[in-house]
Amino acid sequence: MIRVESLTARYGETVVLHNLDFRVAEGELIGLLGPNGSGKTTLLHCLSKVVPIHAGKVVVSGRDLAAYSARELARVEASVPQRLEIAFPFKCIEVVLMGRYPHQQDFGSNSEDDLRKATEAMRLTDTLDLSHRRINEISGGEAQRVIIARALAQEATIMLLDEATANLDVAHKIQMFDLFTQMNQQGGTFICALHDLNLAALYCQRLIFLKDGRICIDGPTLETFTAENLSTIYQTEVKVIEHPDTGAPQAMFVPGKGSGQPRDLARDRQAADNRQVFTPKDAKVY
Amino acid sequence: MPEANQSSLKLGELRSQLAASRRGFAFGLLTLTLASFLSIVAATGIGRLHFPWETVIGAIGEGLGLLPSDTVSRTPLLVVFDIRLSRVCLSFLVGSVLGVAGSVFQGILRNPLADPFTIGVASGAAFGAALALAFGLGGTSYLGLGTIPLLALLGALGALGLVVMLGRVQGRIRRDTLVLAGIVVATFLSALIALIKALDEEAVSAIVFWVMGSFQGRAWIHVGFTLPYMLLGLYLVLSRSRELDILTLGEVQARQLGVEVEKVRSRLLIGGSLLTAAAVSVSGVIGFVGLVIPHLVRMSLGATHQRLMILSALLGGLALLWSDVVARTLLPGGEELPVGVVTALVGGPFFCLLLKRRKGGVILD
Repeated sequence: MIRVESLTARYGETVVLHNLDFRVAEGELIGLLGPNGSGKTTLLHCLSKVVPIHAGKVVVSGRDLAAYSARELARVEASVPQRLEIAFPFKCIEVVLMGRYPHQQDFGSNSEDDLRKATEAMRLTDTLDLSHRRINEISGGEAQRVIIARALAQEATIMLLDEATANLDVAHKIQMFDLFTQMNQQGGTFICALHDLNLAALYCQRLIFLKDGRICIDGPTLETFTAENLSTIYQTEVKVIEHPDTGAPQAMFVPGKGSGQPRDLARDRQAADNRQVFTPKDAKVY
Repeated sequence: MPEANQSSLKLGELRSQLAASRRGFAFGLLTLTLASFLSIVAATGIGRLHFPWETVIGAIGEGLGLLPSDTVSRTPLLVVFDIRLSRVCLSFLVGSVLGVAGSVFQGILRNPLADPFTIGVASGAAFGAALALAFGLGGTSYLGLGTIPLLALLGALGALGLVVMLGRVQGRIRRDTLVLAGIVVATFLSALIALIKALDEEAVSAIVFWVMGSFQGRAWIHVGFTLPYMLLGLYLVLSRSRELDILTLGEVQARQLGVEVEKVRSRLLIGGSLLTAAAVSVSGVIGFVGLVIPHLVRMSLGATHQRLMILSALLGGLALLWSDVVARTLLPGGEELPVGVVTALVGGPFFCLLLKRRKGGVILD
């Protein structure tokens, strides 16, 4: 589906991606992990032809990326960006309908079919009720779901997600990734850049770890998501346990391994006895 | 399948919501079109010489060749048709294209506070006009037309070329460098204009009057001169309104949604600048129309650029038409005010009111 061969990208003189090589088969759901500034976003931007490729090549569906027109590529790949910068008061439905642009002719307008597909995308992302709200007047998480709906409306087989669920509450995060999994089982290919390690371990079959613009680990989640790997890559102590239900590996972080002091639970309890802080005993469920 | 039912239920609801917003647009379009026609006729009847309405309408009809050639006598025909109607039409056209150009520049620069003059086109035009005035070319004519509009148009296009050239970084036009280049070019040209004023004191008042914008003495020949550029500019931008919508989301997202960003943006930039240059060349620099009108329309009817541009054209035309009526009738002695003074005096406070009332959420970056 996607073949990346000795891909190098740079901003000016700074090399951001060094000689990357990997393949993505149709129907994979891949987590792209790595610390800040490791090149995750740049890689996704290279795959969507936003950042020019300096050396090497990218082949998508058997065709060199350079041979695609912008419209053709947008019919194959849909992207969800990390940051939203919407300065103008578009209605959410109008934003979702922009996802239909690559399928329309010049001077085209929205057909009944476009409207139906936009509605379906909004139903799947739980944004139907927002359809006539202005995008700059809803919350960040809601806007993010509208943008996911726009990507779904594009009907592309490859989805490139850059922290697509970072702003969402837990329930919507799970809902979105359940949806991605379902689409993935129907043949969709996903590459998701993520900072949420546990979400990645829960849903992705394969993980690619980037560090300083190089791929340092690439393999099945069960083999690569280990305490040793995570601790090395993120430069902080990480322990890995099994998820009680699914058995997926889950990361546990250890406080006090950075520069700050760990929280002393014994002191918390003592302070609670002196009524200075709340402890679980004090919690009330209304 | 309750979910599918919900979806189809919602589809119906959505469809009727969209139909309602289409009706809202159609209503606005109809009202403004009607108001435009009525205003053009009404404004033609207003002036120092008073004619009864039958005469005004008769003169317009005769001038347009709709009524027989002896409907009214020579004086009303000359005053109403040749002098007033041409000026009214020109002010309407200039207001229209400024409204459209304003929506285009606000969209490309992704800044609701941009206007047609943000990137220095106006200073180019003013410099061209100042040159013409200083060298005493104001009186000479080319095909019956003063050299001022010609030089103003050349100046505007030259400034645009310079700004685009400076604003390119590694072959790409970037909006931040574009704005900076615009400021640099505008400042430089303003200094040159000041220099011309210092060297040629006789031309000062003419230059000042021109820079503030005026329709004094404009006639059908000016309409004919500027109309082709206006039509070309309108075609260039109106045919890419959908892409302009997507461009406001930023370059990255636009590319990922399938827009050929470079091509479309250059086209919109050229179209918007052509509209601005065409307007400035016959009227001078008239502020606030291109800033306030698109802002007002966007706040009341939403952001999609096709509707925004069409309604901004009509509302911009109406606003400038009446501003010009005020400019030529306000002073009792028969002298005129520069119309830019009127638009600034009315537009400034009005814009403050708009900003105060605006609901939050607009990024001004």
